Amino acid sequence: MTTQILIAGFGGQGILFAGKFLANKGLMEGRQLSWLPSYGPEMRGGTANCSVVLSDEPVGSPIVNNPDVLIAMNLPSLDKYEDAVVPGGTIFVDSTLIERKVGRTDVKVFYVPATKLAQQNELGNLANMVMVGKVIRECAPVAQEGLEDAVRSVVSAKHANMFDINLKAIQIGLELN
Amino acid sequence: MGNKVLMKGNEAIAEAAIRAGCRHYFGYPITPQTEVAAYMAKRMPKIGGVFLQAESEIAAINMVYGVAGTGRRVMTSSSSPGVSLKQEGISYIAGSDLPCLIVDVQRGGPGLGGIQPSQSDYFQATKGGGHGDYHLIVLAPSSVQEMADLTALAFELAEKYRMPAMLLADGTIGQMMEPVELAEPQEPKFEEKPWAVTGTKCKREHHIVNSLYLAPDELEKKNFERYERYHTIEQTEARYESFMMDDAEYCVVAFGIAARVSKNAVVAARKKGIKVGLIRPITLWPFPKAALEKAAAQVKGFLSVELSMGQMIEDVRLATHDARKVELCCRTGGMIMSPDEVLAAIEKLTGGEK
Repeated sequence: MTTQILIAGFGGQGILFAGKFLANKGLMEGRQLSWLPSYGPEMRGGTANCSVVLSDEPVGSPIVNNPDVLIAMNLPSLDKYEDAVVPGGTIFVDSTLIERKVGRTDVKVFYVPATKLAQQNELGNLANMVMVGKVIRECAPVAQEGLEDAVRSVVSAKHANMFDINLKAIQIGLELN
Repeated sequence: MGNKVLMKGNEAIAEAAIRAGCRHYFGYPITPQTEVAAYMAKRMPKIGGVFLQAESEIAAINMVYGVAGTGRRVMTSSSSPGVSLKQEGISYIAGSDLPCLIVDVQRGGPGLGGIQPSQSDYFQATKGGGHGDYHLIVLAPSSVQEMADLTALAFELAEKYRMPAMLLADGTIGQMMEPVELAEPQEPKFEEKPWAVTGTKCKREHHIVNSLYLAPDELEKKNFERYERYHTIEQTEARYESFMMDDAEYCVVAFGIAARVSKNAVVAARKKGIKVGLIRPITLWPFPKAALEKAAAQVKGFLSVELSMGQMIEDVRLATHDARKVELCCRTGGMIMSPDEVLAAIEKLTGGEK
């Protein structure tokens, strides 16, 4: 099985980090994978996106043109990528930041108030990881087992205090109906 | 061999170079290859190596020239406009028959161009780039694993044939992360090379590193000798990957990131019943001529897929003696074709033929 994931939003929302987490989790599961960031003059407030491909076979193109899973963390991202999602794919919308609904009827949509949930739970700007938890719950691109180890692998020793809140953010997403 | 780790392509180049015994890096920052320099800046001081951010690309390549003369493994890295600046030094190193590694993580051009991925330095890398009669060994990675493996191979081939090698990557492969298995670290070798300038200690004749030959007969002889070596390399060192070619009636030719995109298109075309395969040159110089010549006897047409206005396509035509139609599928300036675009080009080439 191959899952093509596109995560898009503002710079500073942890778009690349969310992708890096999924990639590391995939690596721990012995999957084939690629992680490709948009790069360039982006900065906080600019746009950022990240392609992650998880597969049981060698990954061909690392560029996700037509995602199975789209995580839209702001309105410009949803506007830009909504039509690119494959029919039958899934769109995750941060409904705190995006007021409009998804127009397409041939995809599954989850409206997740991720930014609000992160704020309410004093998780800073970890809306990205709340979203990751919800994606794992609904689409299972990676397994739910071993999430702690995967968080440990992406949180550097210098920022060890970030371990607990990252894990908590993912769990909030995982438990979200 | 160790376990797989997740690394950016640029970081894999740097780590693989260190593991291959390279202890001298000279460079100047430029997107999208700066991670190579950043990694070297962090690691080299800890392992007794030299990292030096030069005042310019021109200075960096001449520092490489200096270390190369001593026979130690040495490298520089840059991206397209920076590699243009290095051409004079590269020509001097080639003219002095010295080994070194030059990394070009290509971005869109010409001029200052853009910072997004490109393959439009193909001509510059494979046809000379600087002045005079010379070649570089040019290796084209298409995965993070190959960023590491081909870096080590580049050092070996450069030393074996006493000539500069180039790793011709692109912004995508440089910036992406994939699992990579790194080779066991190799200590730098300090054995005396029969041509290296390391000090005579008054015990041997001088070794001379030079690219100036004012007597034309002498310079011609040097060039003849060099081209004899090039001939051997063309006969023995061409490398390529063949994908779904066994029963192919059409052949896509692509390297680097364009080959990754093309693979998806080939798989999609096969699902539609089109008998198409892919030849992915791993060495761009020497170009895998024999493989393409053989394919020309089997297939009805070729499709060159490139992030340039069509540069490699000339080598495809030469290798296949224009015996079959050769068409181009290209994007440029930092744009990358989608698998659907390549699939459409395959369908056009095959004329709807299954």
